[in-house]
Amino acid sequence: MPIIEVQNLVKKFGSFVANDNLTFSVDAGEIYGFLGANGAGKTTAMKILCGLSAPTSGKVMVAGYDVSHQSEMVKKRIGYMSQRFSLFDDLSVWENFQFFGGIYGLPSAKIKQRTSELLGRLGLESEKKQLLGSLPLGWKQKLAFSVAIIHEPYIVFLDEPTGGVDPITRRQFWEIIYETANQGITVFVTTHYMDEAEYCNRISIMADGKIVALDTPANLKIKYNAANIEEVFLKIARS
Amino acid sequence: MPTNSSIIACNITKRYGEKLALDAISFDVQKGELFGFIGPDGAGKTSLFRIITTLLIPDNGSITVEGLDTVKDYVKLRKILGYMPGKFSLYQDLTVEENLRFFAGIFKTTPEANYNLVKDIYSQIEPFKNRKAGKLSGGMKQKLALSCALIHKPEVLILDEPTTGVDAVSRIEFWEMLAKLRANGITIVVSTPYMDEASRCDRVALIQNGSIMDIATPEGIRSNYKRDLWAVKAYDIYRLLIDLRKFKSTWTAFPFGENIHLSLKNENTNPSEIVAYLQAAGHQNVQVSKIEPSVEDCFMELMQGVKSE
Amino acid sequence: MKGFIIKEFYHIFRDFRSMIVLFGMPVVQVLLFGFALSTEVKNAPVAIIDHSNDQVTRAITSKLLSSGFFILSDEVHGEDHIEEVFRHGKVKEVIIFESNFASNLEKDRQAAIQVIADASDPNTANLLVNYTSAIVADYQQEYMKGLSLPVAITTESQMMYNPALKSVFMFVPGVITILLMLITAMMTSISIAREKEMGTMEILLVSPMRPMQIIAGKVIPYVLLAFANAVTILLLSYFVLGMPVKGSLLLMLAESLLFIVMALSLGIFISTVSKSQQMAMMLSMFALMLPTILLSGFIFPIENMPLPLQLISNIMPPRWFIIIVKSIMIKGLGFQYIWKETLIIAGMTLFFIALSVKKFKIRLE
Repeated sequence: MPIIEVQNLVKKFGSFVANDNLTFSVDAGEIYGFLGANGAGKTTAMKILCGLSAPTSGKVMVAGYDVSHQSEMVKKRIGYMSQRFSLFDDLSVWENFQFFGGIYGLPSAKIKQRTSELLGRLGLESEKKQLLGSLPLGWKQKLAFSVAIIHEPYIVFLDEPTGGVDPITRRQFWEIIYETANQGITVFVTTHYMDEAEYCNRISIMADGKIVALDTPANLKIKYNAANIEEVFLKIARS
Repeated sequence: MPTNSSIIACNITKRYGEKLALDAISFDVQKGELFGFIGPDGAGKTSLFRIITTLLIPDNGSITVEGLDTVKDYVKLRKILGYMPGKFSLYQDLTVEENLRFFAGIFKTTPEANYNLVKDIYSQIEPFKNRKAGKLSGGMKQKLALSCALIHKPEVLILDEPTTGVDAVSRIEFWEMLAKLRANGITIVVSTPYMDEASRCDRVALIQNGSIMDIATPEGIRSNYKRDLWAVKAYDIYRLLIDLRKFKSTWTAFPFGENIHLSLKNENTNPSEIVAYLQAAGHQNVQVSKIEPSVEDCFMELMQGVKSE
Repeated sequence: MKGFIIKEFYHIFRDFRSMIVLFGMPVVQVLLFGFALSTEVKNAPVAIIDHSNDQVTRAITSKLLSSGFFILSDEVHGEDHIEEVFRHGKVKEVIIFESNFASNLEKDRQAAIQVIADASDPNTANLLVNYTSAIVADYQQEYMKGLSLPVAITTESQMMYNPALKSVFMFVPGVITILLMLITAMMTSISIAREKEMGTMEILLVSPMRPMQIIAGKVIPYVLLAFANAVTILLLSYFVLGMPVKGSLLLMLAESLLFIVMALSLGIFISTVSKSQQMAMMLSMFALMLPTILLSGFIFPIENMPLPLQLISNIMPPRWFIIIVKSIMIKGLGFQYIWKETLIIAGMTLFFIALSVKKFKIRLE
């Protein structure tokens, strides 16, 4: 059953068409990679899916709600994390969890339970009282991800979550993504690391506002006769 | 004393309060070399580059660039440096052409005077010369920032993470531009968090937590990798990873695209042993092949070494 | 250097918001004050105690009441009650004709009118007295027409509660001061902080430009704009508010220029200690705006402040500039009377410039 359904999505800014008739769907529990060159329209589409911006035309259903007029319902059911978004450096780890749990209206018992669950998974329980600013970047990114799923959303949107992170932490991050997907949370992710695209169940590649390729990484490599996704990406971008 | 060194750094240490950003690092860059600092955010790349460009004073150690000390001779040094800070520092509300003209102006030159040097790069964005820099795409901003850093014909070009946040196509184009500049004899020092870009450099320094883990040519780095490395593939890659971690002779197992790179504790493990173990665990379509390590494998191996010390 | 200044103008003219702050705020502020002031004096309740009640006093009374500025309130029945009605705020002004007004005017060629105003609202009181005097003077002109010898009707005004009218006409000098101070200091500090935030300052520092050149390049456009602003404010207060410029206009402009340079150097100093645009904004607002309003004598007369605050007000540049503006515009005094204040501001300017050049880092932190 698709958890995200996009039909003929068009978004215009004046005469500029940022999203040109997008149609795709994402299944529940899937890891979906959303790729494209800078300026291809990824950010615009992502904002629409998160209910932050309304489509010019077309139908976008996320977690069973229409983003055009039920964006509040959508927002309650999704989580969001980006490289630019970070938690509060001057709050402790626990205070950050408490704050963001509170934003989603979780009762304090639930926040406590989720926090110890998520910190336990990261092995960071002993850092609970530390100020976030004192932790290494890789840990912060993992914590930011945990905060994004504290309210057990249906979908979590990750916007370049591993940018600038060291190679080991980057892989540990993807293992957390796998675990999350195994628990049934859908993961919608953008990245500039083409090897990470291979970790996704399916990927789509955008160019000039359109989705020009959408399939499993394996099928795309066959279709474009390429050794890896980076080659697929270059072939598409240069055509 | 080699006369063909462009940059010589000796025991550079920099602290921010308690935090040690650079821990006594030394290196030298040859004239005309394309030298890369490869490492994640927070490794100390930006601090190092700010020391090279005279913006910061090291707590200890010294750097000379073209024989000029970064602390004492900063006035002279600033005339021969080209610097592109992280985040493409451009004036967003000025047009492409106005930005170029302004940056030429502060070095008391004009875009026309050194047009030859930037022609290849600037001609790609010239059709948009009346567009505001803030309205450019990431790749175009990057080209404009490079043009601005080059417009006064610097002898040494310092580029701090020029490819961060830029898509794969623009990244490749950017490295092609750097290769051309290198052919013009400019010394280029560049930093990047993307390990795969290491192969584009003459020599690289792998940097992590303020220390240089290794300096060599990309081939040299790879040849320093002492373990056997296997690429393992199977139908369910996540379960494959978990099972490989449990394998008795596994040293590390990391996902790499569609494969898992497996390094082993003891050298004499037969690949059929791995296959047998995985098939027993119920994996289908198991493929195991021996591979040459990439710079990223080497980086992770070095990180593991630092951690286990 | 030229390129630097041109670039700075591009920044200013392309940023719609800063344009509004630069040019909109002065106009709105001056008009607001002017508007607030002019509405107050219509139909002010006035009481008339006529000890003479002859044809001259009746003529003056009707001329006053038909002017539209006053309406007659019959609350006051004698001089003993004046204070009481003022205290209740029912009447803004009391006009008293001496007895035998017409015959005094005829015999002695002079007669007196006493005007008492409620100066707890000094601006209104001052205006009412001015209007009254003007209307009486007007009547005097008419009265003299058929006569060969001059006559004089003297109006003696008396301000109650605030006899020296300490803050009358203070507001225009105050507004000029605050606007020049805020616009120039805030805009420069923000524009320099913006370069730091955007990372462009890194490139400027790594260029052969000297700190003085960078500062001058950033500041010169704002000197010009702030000066244009000062002229706008002066024109507005002259034409819209009827604020006189009794002294030398040239001197006034020269002093404004000095003050602008002072505010700019203060702005540069603020930017050297702030890392972001927000911090520069906050510092400008709290370090400049509040002391300027509260301690410069703009709203609260310095004489009435407790001694510690009086001492602090001495280091507020606006305090001295307000004195200069008042001296030139209202009192019409020349440079020989304000050289001390000028010197103080010049000294402060040098101090801030020296401090900023010293604080302005040739490197990052």
